[in-house]
Amino acid sequence: MNPNPEPLNDWKTKAELTAKGIRRRVLEHTLRHDGGYLSQACSSAELFATLYLNVMNLGPAPQPIVPKPFPGVPSNRNLSYFTGAAFNGPRDPGTDRFILSPAQYALVLYAALIETGRMASEGLEQFNQDGSSVEMIGAEHSPGMEVTTGSLGQGLSQAAGMAWARKRKGETGRVWVFMSDGEFQIGQTWECVESLSHHRLDNLGIYVDVNRQQCDGTVKSVMNVEPLDERLRSFGAAVHVVNGHDPAALAFPARIPTAGKPLVVLAETSPFQGMPFLAVNAPKFHYVRFKRPEDRAPFEKALREF
Amino acid sequence: MEMVSRVHAKNLVEWAKDRPEVLVLSADLTSSTEIDLFRDAYPDRFISLGIAEQNMLSFAGGLAREGFIPLVHTFAVFIYRRAYDQVAMSVAYPNANVKMFGFLPGITTPGGATHQAIEDVALMRALPNMTVVEAGDATEMKTLLPVVARHPGPVYVRSLRGELPRLFPESEPFQLDVPRVLSRGTDVALFSSGICTEEALRATTILKKKGLSIQHLHISTHKPFQHPSILEALSSVRHGVITMENHVVTGGLGSAVAERMAEEGVGKRLVRIGLLDTFSHGASKPYLMREHGLDALALVKKVEALVGARFGIGEKDLAEVRLEAVHSGSKAEAL
Repeated sequence: MNPNPEPLNDWKTKAELTAKGIRRRVLEHTLRHDGGYLSQACSSAELFATLYLNVMNLGPAPQPIVPKPFPGVPSNRNLSYFTGAAFNGPRDPGTDRFILSPAQYALVLYAALIETGRMASEGLEQFNQDGSSVEMIGAEHSPGMEVTTGSLGQGLSQAAGMAWARKRKGETGRVWVFMSDGEFQIGQTWECVESLSHHRLDNLGIYVDVNRQQCDGTVKSVMNVEPLDERLRSFGAAVHVVNGHDPAALAFPARIPTAGKPLVVLAETSPFQGMPFLAVNAPKFHYVRFKRPEDRAPFEKALREF
Repeated sequence: MEMVSRVHAKNLVEWAKDRPEVLVLSADLTSSTEIDLFRDAYPDRFISLGIAEQNMLSFAGGLAREGFIPLVHTFAVFIYRRAYDQVAMSVAYPNANVKMFGFLPGITTPGGATHQAIEDVALMRALPNMTVVEAGDATEMKTLLPVVARHPGPVYVRSLRGELPRLFPESEPFQLDVPRVLSRGTDVALFSSGICTEEALRATTILKKKGLSIQHLHISTHKPFQHPSILEALSSVRHGVITMENHVVTGGLGSAVAERMAEEGVGKRLVRIGLLDTFSHGASKPYLMREHGLDALALVKKVEALVGARFGIGEKDLAEVRLEAVHSGSKAEAL
């Protein structure tokens, strides 16, 4: 947790501007590439801004890093492999770690890294390009990524192992996990929550983008997971439900001691926050694509207005 | 032949004593996977994760990233079937230093199809970054531990528990990717692994007395599978090659040998002994070995078919064979 948070008004304004910047960048990218994970940016912009500017105690990035090319896959023979952890600052017992669980949010993460001065904007030019490390579904060598999470439900468990290890080593840094509400359909997620609770891993905190959407439509229609807060509390987590577009509300629970329980912040969000014209896509928010040239108009207008 | 009880249980405690980075992970099968003594000796290094193997495997990956060496213990089926995606993405892909001890290989359990790991070698072999080893006796179950722990990256260990025979002397510990050359010969090449080697030795003891010349390799490393003695065996025999594994014939030892033969252009017959694309069922080990042709008599029959001769060996002959710990051909004592 950041021990020296900026005064509320200062960082709140900064967070709001950062969130706006994240939306703008992802919108620009979506237009340029005729498609993108735009609604994820709409729902989680304040989440990423708050995590990076207030909640997480990360080491600084000395300057915005330009991502290196794809380093090959991890193996005993590959001495040049790297993870994207460097973008989140150097590893230190006192600093926090960030795990993006739904790797499909990578585009939003990349935009957040640029907006917070951790990645150079060229990084986004490399998105999904042949030979680049900036993968569409964040790989562990992609900026800001540290473990392999493209197959949903494994991010939290890996983070739990890291949290157990850090506690054992006496490290004061926490482990933060960004999740999406759809992941609570997965059995492994619940296995992990019960293990976090059983092993009293209170150095791990989860921020959930509760945008109520998934590939096939609303979470409620595909496989309901509500009431998420009650379910998580019954599994032993310390749960807070907040407005996911209010940076102050998002940051507040991170400061409350949980006394042996894992923290879960359920951030209630809208999949078209900041871009109301996106609402017409309902219920298909997962990937925004432009079928006809005229579909682009409202998005181009919004970009100009940014 | 010496029988040794609970090899892994005792060895793990002794070996792990001054290794604080070593952790043991359990999925509610602590006594059944011989980690009870470890739990009692080092309770703060024992992590109970319950009947939740997917979480356990990814959790292990997280521990490894922080510099610990997690030793995952459960029945093999619950590692490689139930948690295959987690093994692949949380352990194998990142080349994580996780060691997985999978018990109840093949038909060594009356637990039936749900508990019999019959295709694990095939699946683990196919995973990049994965090292795959299999214990064949008491010596190997003990001596593979430090080798496996020392080897960088993920390792899958087909493990044995309970009363184990000592087929190989303790003076010849397990070595990674080094087959044990149990006999040299020029008629038939025989590759056996795990519990099949004891049965194979019963057969080869008598076959050799009947004049057959056999090059017999015991395989305890399925991946990598590169040692020069493998090709040497394939090239130097007259009639052909036989493989014998406590596993389906697809994707395991038989397939590994077939791959080498094809790559090297060794144009000889290959006979694969193992489960013939079938699940098994709940019954005793000897019964199942008989049923699936994994015993000494079945091997004799296969050898006879391969070389085109009858040796007049019966069950009684095989039962009377006394096995002593066999020195590998790489040592002078073997001659």
